[in-house]
Amino acid sequence: MDFYFGLAQLIGVHTLLGLSAYIVLLTGQVSLAQAGFFAVGAYTAGMLTVLAGWHLVPALGVSALSGAAVACAVGFPALRVKGLMLVIATLAFGEGVRLFFFNFDYQIAKGGIQVGPLGGEGFRQIRFFPENGWETGEVMLFIWAFVAAAMALLWWFDRSRYGTVLRAVGEDELAAQSVGINLTAVKVSAMTVGGAIAGIGGGLYAHYTTHIEHASFSILLATFAIAYPIVGGLRSVFGTLLAVIFVQGFLVEGLRFLGDWRNLLFGALIVLAMNLRPSGILGRRRA
Amino acid sequence: MLELRTLSRHFGGVRAVDGLDLTVQEGQIFGLIGPNGSGKSTTVNVITGLFPPTSGAIVFRGRDIAGLPTHLRLREGIARTFQNIRLFGQLSVWQNLWVAQNSAQDLAHQGFFARWLGGQRGVREEIGRLLEFSGLAHKRDELAANLAFGEQRRLELARAMAAKPKLLLLDEPAAGMNSEEIGQLRSRILKLRESGVTILLVEHVMELVMGVTDRIAVLNFGQKIAEGTPAEIQAHPAVRKAYLGGEAA
Repeated sequence: MDFYFGLAQLIGVHTLLGLSAYIVLLTGQVSLAQAGFFAVGAYTAGMLTVLAGWHLVPALGVSALSGAAVACAVGFPALRVKGLMLVIATLAFGEGVRLFFFNFDYQIAKGGIQVGPLGGEGFRQIRFFPENGWETGEVMLFIWAFVAAAMALLWWFDRSRYGTVLRAVGEDELAAQSVGINLTAVKVSAMTVGGAIAGIGGGLYAHYTTHIEHASFSILLATFAIAYPIVGGLRSVFGTLLAVIFVQGFLVEGLRFLGDWRNLLFGALIVLAMNLRPSGILGRRRA
Repeated sequence: MLELRTLSRHFGGVRAVDGLDLTVQEGQIFGLIGPNGSGKSTTVNVITGLFPPTSGAIVFRGRDIAGLPTHLRLREGIARTFQNIRLFGQLSVWQNLWVAQNSAQDLAHQGFFARWLGGQRGVREEIGRLLEFSGLAHKRDELAANLAFGEQRRLELARAMAAKPKLLLLDEPAAGMNSEEIGQLRSRILKLRESGVTILLVEHVMELVMGVTDRIAVLNFGQKIAEGTPAEIQAHPAVRKAYLGGEAA
């Protein structure tokens, strides 16, 4: 059973990551920065619970704020460029964050041992859950409460005027400007909300794995983040959820018995899925 | 209402608009005509801020707006339609009008949260009126991309009206229309003027331009070659040469 709980935790955290890219993708921006916000959230929450002894919930709040703040700061310059240039700019940012944590040491002695981030060795002993006696199932439910909240929030956004404006910008920036939409405000706010969601996702990730290191926040994770809403489609937040289940549950875990062949099949299946459903698992609304 | 002072917009060596002086009075329907590539659309794009001018001033109701970004010019009261229709195709007709509720009055009367996240009080009736005006009430939930060509043109006009503009720039609104549709467009344009909107009409279709405008300016190679009433323009030898007949009469 623990295996399935563990898988559900992973799917939950990756759904948050995918949702953070979903809201940015609504405005037509392909961002590879989401793994960077995720990493900021992971280290922030980890340091607050381990070094400062905080409870996890307020620590996740600070993770969300720091993810949002970094996303907002990155958004202003990055969203001046579009298309491939934005992909490169956000990729550079993500790698910058990773290399920052690769070089980041901040250890203090606690109970006779050194704890805290230690550069390339990573940040071990993020033991909030085991120390407080949480079972795997409880951790899973805790994670999924955040996933449900994030999905509900974005579902509501999608139905509000704000969400409709995001989609309008994603369709035609020139027309959106011409009907009085402030492109910078819309894009940066979407990036900021995405940063907050990624920050929470990172904070949860740090605590259920108990050990984070720079290599976990590589280009691979950034690619997953943007692949979820693309594979899932932009019709609704459930597309992203389905894509995460498809990729993490079926492709990564379900095909493990294939050994090394899995990675080969993995790429082929994504290509196949996108050919069968070109606008995502839950495609565009058709009339 | 709108005054362009020696306005220029160059693209590299191409002088798309070259030292244009133009004054549109409040309440006028002002026609802007000229052969393809004479700088009409560029003029519209510079007035709305999609391109910055290379030089010159754009004075709107006594204020130079050349430095304002596009979305703020809309708030000042300048709205437009596009030559090649630019709707939000994957949004419904209703949503196309909803996202366009960005006039200064809308901003003043609705709080931030009501405006962006919830309450549509007043907005609903407003959109209903726009749908009525454009004859699209029965298609309110249709995706804009699925509308017929003429309906798309009407929706785009309604979307521009959602901004409650003082000045409306119509970039070839009759392109691709049959003469019945042109007749409807004509009465719609006249109705807009009655409601107090000043209109700058860029158009190729002479049937429409000569029928509705109060005054016309003719562009050629980015420069104004003539200006006057429709009758004066029709009789103007340089215009006939450049544009209407080819040969001077």
